[in-house]
Amino acid sequence: MIAFLRPVHRQIMLAVALAAVAASAFLLDWGWLPRYLPLIAQGVWTTLWLTVVTMSLGMVLAIGLGFAQAAGPMWLAWPARVYCTIIRGTPLLLQLWLLYFGLGAFFPQFPELRQSFLWPILREAWPYAVLALTLSAAGYEGEVMRGAFRGVPHGQIEAARAMGMPRFTLFRRIWLPQALHRALPTIAGETVLQMKSTPLVATITVLDIYSVARRVTQDTFIVYEPLVLLAIVYIIIAGLIVLFFRKLEARLPARMA
Amino acid sequence: MGSLLALVGSPSAAELLAWSPPGWGATLVAGLWNSILIALGAYALGLAIGIGGAFGKVYGGPVLRDLLEAYTTLVRAVPELVLILILYFALTDAVNKIIALWDYGPIQLSGVAAGIGVLGVVQGAYSTEVIRGAILSVPHGQIEAARAMGIPPVLLARRITLPLMLAAAIPGLANLWLIVTKDTALLAVVGFVELTKATSLAAATTKAFFTFYAAAGVLYLILSLGSTVIFHRIERWARRGQRPLSGGGR
Repeated sequence: MIAFLRPVHRQIMLAVALAAVAASAFLLDWGWLPRYLPLIAQGVWTTLWLTVVTMSLGMVLAIGLGFAQAAGPMWLAWPARVYCTIIRGTPLLLQLWLLYFGLGAFFPQFPELRQSFLWPILREAWPYAVLALTLSAAGYEGEVMRGAFRGVPHGQIEAARAMGMPRFTLFRRIWLPQALHRALPTIAGETVLQMKSTPLVATITVLDIYSVARRVTQDTFIVYEPLVLLAIVYIIIAGLIVLFFRKLEARLPARMA
Repeated sequence: MGSLLALVGSPSAAELLAWSPPGWGATLVAGLWNSILIALGAYALGLAIGIGGAFGKVYGGPVLRDLLEAYTTLVRAVPELVLILILYFALTDAVNKIIALWDYGPIQLSGVAAGIGVLGVVQGAYSTEVIRGAILSVPHGQIEAARAMGIPPVLLARRITLPLMLAAAIPGLANLWLIVTKDTALLAVVGFVELTKATSLAAATTKAFFTFYAAAGVLYLILSLGSTVIFHRIERWARRGQRPLSGGGR
């Protein structure tokens, strides 16, 4: 930190930045903030769990999708390939609206479904948000994992086979850990991207931090302040994600073939 | 069976997607055209910012480098949707304030202009990083040789650095193009009628959600698959005269 601030121009830039923060704190209108604090906390929480849950579920699917493409038989590799291409070739917003409005109009036609215990969940918006974000993450991460599985040196797998390791153990002990290790830096970046796509769920009425900020604007006609708050919240979350993955990477043995 | 029909869309999909007014084909294609226009404009603006930013990051002084670092870091940490709103309001405000100096009434910034400006600034941050990496991959001897010949900096960039870095930059730039074509969909949220918004209007009117969203998905897919083919050609052209990468083509 001291070394970072040694050049004079950095000290001046820091002073300017602090002045800008002070100016926005005093000159802008933050009177609405205390009133909306509970809603903001709820929104931040939604954004956080949406990122974590959909990224985790997506990774589970992605491991299958990536492995099918890297080492699977033709009849598994091809559908996985097509799936990844479709997901990566169309906007997430379109996928989200297709699931929400499409399935939302489709499900009510089954009276059995309306009576079932699932109906209270299917009437909510968040299951569709989770589904769309998970499928999207699976598509992008499947492509990442395909490269990672292929990148594991062949000798490692041959050695394990030569030792008579059963196929599933080989996957669990050799192939998957090395692939994940290779993919980790990419996945860190992808997690930030996933976090950055969560505000789209506001368009289907899920109450994340983005839709809280928009609601503030609608209620009070204050435009800039909620957007500034939004930017700050997202920058902090992005920083936390980067820090988390840096810690995770530091904990893994760094020597690679 | 009835529900299955509704899945495909009860008036037949062909009727709904027909070109002339009872069908919505023309609306969707007009939306696609808007999307492509914005993507092209934003991509060009992003490339201009990216080339300037990359040269600034590599050769600029400490202040310029720090400012550019702040720009790329901030833009890449904040969701595009939030940036679009911030820049949209800020841009409209700024333009109106300037115009007010000459006693004109306030104007509404056109959707296309705002979309290009906003997505271009976002793209600029990403392409700065891509082009910076590509510039660093140019063999140092080439640039030193050019300097030794007394070639002035701008000519050097135009004749030596940019052509040589192109091969390394194309894969990253191709990715950015695919991203910007999909990011145009975000403008639907601010009400601009590009492909996704046109689709949602058609779907909401006719209640044939699956038909229209699937059709729009096919259009986006055609756009991205077609672009991939074109970028492969460009990459082959940019790599002409280079030795093929050894060990490639797993």
